[in-house]
Amino acid sequence: MNPTDWLQLAAFLAALIVLTPPLGAFMARVLQGERTFLHPVLAPLERLTYRLIGIDPTREMTWVGYTAALLTFNLLGFGVLLAILLAQGALPLNPQGLPGLKLPLAFNTAVSFMTNTNWQAYSGEAALSYFSQTIGLNFQNFVSAATGLAALVAVIRGFTRRSTATLGNFWADLVRSTLYILLPLSLVLALVLVSQGVVQNFSGYVTAKTLEGAEQVLPQGPAASQIAIKQLGTNGGGFFGVNSAHPFENPTPLSNFLQLLAILLIPAALTATFGVMVGDRRQGWVLFAAMLTLLLAGFGASWWAEAQTNPLTQLAANMEGKEQRFGVMNSVLWSTATTAASNGSVNAMHDSLSPLAGGVALFNMMLGEIIFGGVGCGLYGMLMYVLLTVFIAGLMVGRTPEYLGKKIEAREMRLAILVLLVPSALTLLGAAAACLTPTALASLANNGPHGFSEILYAFASAANNNGSAFAGLTVDTPFYNYALGVAMFLGRFVCLIPVLTIAGSVAAKKTAPFSAGTFPTTGAIFVALLLGVILVVGALTHLPALALGPIAEHLLMLQGRSF
Amino acid sequence: MKTLLASLRAILVLTALTSIAYPLVITAVAQLAFPASANGSLVKNGDQLVGSSLLAQKFTTPQSFWPRPSAAGYGTVPSGASNQGYTSRKNLDAINERRTALVAGAPADLLTASGSGLDPDISPAAARFQAPRVAQARDLPVATILKLIEANTQPPQLGFLGERRVNVLMLNRALDRL
Repeated sequence: MNPTDWLQLAAFLAALIVLTPPLGAFMARVLQGERTFLHPVLAPLERLTYRLIGIDPTREMTWVGYTAALLTFNLLGFGVLLAILLAQGALPLNPQGLPGLKLPLAFNTAVSFMTNTNWQAYSGEAALSYFSQTIGLNFQNFVSAATGLAALVAVIRGFTRRSTATLGNFWADLVRSTLYILLPLSLVLALVLVSQGVVQNFSGYVTAKTLEGAEQVLPQGPAASQIAIKQLGTNGGGFFGVNSAHPFENPTPLSNFLQLLAILLIPAALTATFGVMVGDRRQGWVLFAAMLTLLLAGFGASWWAEAQTNPLTQLAANMEGKEQRFGVMNSVLWSTATTAASNGSVNAMHDSLSPLAGGVALFNMMLGEIIFGGVGCGLYGMLMYVLLTVFIAGLMVGRTPEYLGKKIEAREMRLAILVLLVPSALTLLGAAAACLTPTALASLANNGPHGFSEILYAFASAANNNGSAFAGLTVDTPFYNYALGVAMFLGRFVCLIPVLTIAGSVAAKKTAPFSAGTFPTTGAIFVALLLGVILVVGALTHLPALALGPIAEHLLMLQGRSF
Repeated sequence: MKTLLASLRAILVLTALTSIAYPLVITAVAQLAFPASANGSLVKNGDQLVGSSLLAQKFTTPQSFWPRPSAAGYGTVPSGASNQGYTSRKNLDAINERRTALVAGAPADLLTASGSGLDPDISPAAARFQAPRVAQARDLPVATILKLIEANTQPPQLGFLGERRVNVLMLNRALDRL
């Protein structure tokens, strides 16, 4: 923990806090269809896009229509990606002549990218052609993030509109998110990344003769364009197998700083977008404060754990699975941020983190990806915890709970609880099923409690659409490809549909004026209450499983036990 | 049916924008503005391509500096890490084996496998640790080697980002030119 570590941390937090209000306000204008400084350039393209899609962006949709359009678009996208991956061998832009993927892996990968999870059971440089990467995965990187933004803006409209049946137009939200937010930010980030050494070309791999005379194949490809959106869209799927630990994917400390910032940038700024759209910026800052508190608590615990000497190896600096240019601090800041934000890219191997730092990564995901979370889905997930909090507060004072003037009733609560519990159920039941399946246990890379953590991590990552891994686990097997694929699918849509249902339900309600009897949802008391609810729900649901994995491993490590 | 048609058209139009136009624009600008970094930061000795300054390559002779251990044997397609945890006996054995192979006091980054398996850098301490061996094998004064390490040490980027580090391939090339 030297001075430059603190300086880097301070610079990172300052950048995040300073960029949140302006980017948030910009996104609010875009999502509400107002003019921005990009409109002179992009508005004609936007109109052309609507014409080519054949839709009227002003046509309002009910929550059912909105959900149907969203699901149809996503499922068709899944089908297209599946077909691309299966047919890879016959498609162009394949200089290495890679064959098509087998069905279980193609299924898993297509679900993974469609659901913004980006779990990777393959290594990009060894398994995927440039066509699959660019036309297949890169496309879903954009639209899965845009889908999250669209769903979020529909939910916000539900709370801000009064006595209406409609939530906006899905196609307009999808196109505006892609054109005005994701594409411009990606263009800028991709070019900076190239300047740092991230490869960007369509050439075949080249072979070098090393100084000791051996042959070394140097992989190539259009990586920078894909990595920019991978971080900004909280996708996390690497161009290369080892993700942002690969020097071609994350070559310098500056590229690392910018990618790390890009992981949290849009999810953090969306809290400000929320504040602007509901007409009270404090409502956004309250959520930002709760998220930042959880992020810093997790980071603090991880950093402390990593700064301790491993009693088994007696090494003070835990560099196993880490890169010299980043060092320990940047690696654990990343491991905390990427699991907080449902991004899932890694710049160090999480499997080799200290038991408690790995445990924090696991716990971040288990909370449901609400610490900033994924683009769009992080905030609507957090709003479900907010509903639960105002409901509990309402019960305590004996009044009908309200949020932003909308009465929260039994129907909304049932749906919110469903959203909070489904990923947890998928995680725990999936991990239990794997523990009882001999072929699934054969995939373990570590023994003892760490082996259990590998399985638990895989299902927590899939069910909460994170995508990072304790990568020692061999997951390119039919069991994991299908089980995790189903978990990713249910984790995404069994949450998304109830959230849009809630949006439709609250949109139809009248807005009650703020009165002396209203429980205020701004201020420190609300933040504390919200954090309490998150920790109680998250901890009670997952503590037994965490005790068997990271906590047991930590205690046994202190006793000097190895497995 | 109307929604299905709109979905299909949206996929085609957005593919053209995000997956054809966008990567092609980035590639074109990258190849014009940053050709060396866009093509893998290749290192050549004359006409001979000897590697990339960003990817570790295997060095085993005593005359050379050695990079950090690679769990994938410095393979590039794919590369990989050990993915072993703190309580892994396998990892403990691997670290102790490296401890025995090197003389006592080796810095942590030389005892542990990197995340990418291709970490091009070592810490300045890890370079200095290897200086006596390289000096002896090359029949050069240790002071010369230490000076070379100093000249090849990269400070934190922009003064505060990342760790101090030494690029092994570049250091070994500088060594060959002495």
